[in-house]
Amino acid sequence: MAEKKVDYASLKKGGFMRQKQKGYFSLRLQVVGGNLTAENIRTVSQVAEKYGKGYVHMTSRQGIEIPFIRFEDIEEVKEKLAEGGVKPGVCGPRVRTVTACQGSEVCPSGCIDTYGLAKELDAHYFGKDLPHKFKFGVTGCQNNCLKAEENDLGVKGGMIVTYKEDACIQCGVCVKACREGALTMKDGSIEIDREKCNHCGRCVKSCPTDAWEGESGYIVSFGGLFGNKIYQGENLLPIIKDKETLFRVADAAIGFFEKNAKPGERFRLMLQRVGEEEFKKVIKEAYDGRASV
Amino acid sequence: MGELQFDEQVDITDKVCPMTFVKAKVTLDELDDGQILAIRMNDGEPVQNVPRSMKEEGHQVLKLQDNGDGTYTLYVRKVEEE
Repeated sequence: MAEKKVDYASLKKGGFMRQKQKGYFSLRLQVVGGNLTAENIRTVSQVAEKYGKGYVHMTSRQGIEIPFIRFEDIEEVKEKLAEGGVKPGVCGPRVRTVTACQGSEVCPSGCIDTYGLAKELDAHYFGKDLPHKFKFGVTGCQNNCLKAEENDLGVKGGMIVTYKEDACIQCGVCVKACREGALTMKDGSIEIDREKCNHCGRCVKSCPTDAWEGESGYIVSFGGLFGNKIYQGENLLPIIKDKETLFRVADAAIGFFEKNAKPGERFRLMLQRVGEEEFKKVIKEAYDGRASV
Repeated sequence: MGELQFDEQVDITDKVCPMTFVKAKVTLDELDDGQILAIRMNDGEPVQNVPRSMKEEGHQVLKLQDNGDGTYTLYVRKVEEE
């Protein structure tokens, strides 16, 4: 048999990861925010049985891989998956799976619609070629089930809270619900220390008379890394109130990465080399609504 | 503000989450619509979470009272589901 030239880079881009076993690939699927339909799963199950070894691997970032796909079956597998609404994922130097917790549509603790946002981020950025991999993660609240700070760009739901004294019955619940010690009861009224408030929204969630109003917002972290090197993503901006600003900031961060990183250099390591000050300037401009260069 | 009147009381200081809420809820189930339950709980996680859980169940939280001994008493008016 003549040796066929295999373009591993383009296979990798299409989610096929070369296995240790010659001629076999583990096929990574596109999953957004950790959700799959029953039909998606049925299709994956059929493909794994027919073309793989009858099992799937759950990845650490809410993805699914179907191992032991033979090289000659790749096109057929792609077709079968497409019939069930399943698309291949990506590997390599580009924007990866956007992960998310269940968020405010399902979870009582959620401050933002994480799945909705994950879908929008996916539509904007998924698969975009960059100097190295780039990961987005969206978590709904300070409980951080989705581990926002592990990601190159993490989004965490929060609330900007306002006290409505007229509605307050001085029950004292919010003072104890706040884990930051930002609330104190004084002369039948609640005082908030804005320096301590971390936008968790627990006062809003716990208040029996809705005397705390919460406006949802996005707390963004940059430069998380959880591989060979470990760094916690940093919050370099105040809480973002609207989606438009969030996307402007994300565009600026990705643009900065694209412009400054060497091939194979992760976002955090580029920031270390270039210096964080320049990056802060760029995202602050995006935050303020000015176009970044 | 003086002590609140209540119809029934339950002590959940012997439980840990989530059994704190379960024990309170079981007691509340026995009450009639509009009756008030006094729930004695520990500082820390119970006092952070039980009042919110009561709200999420649709009951009316009236007062969280510091007993000064590391425990708190939460007064809740039962709201019957429609």
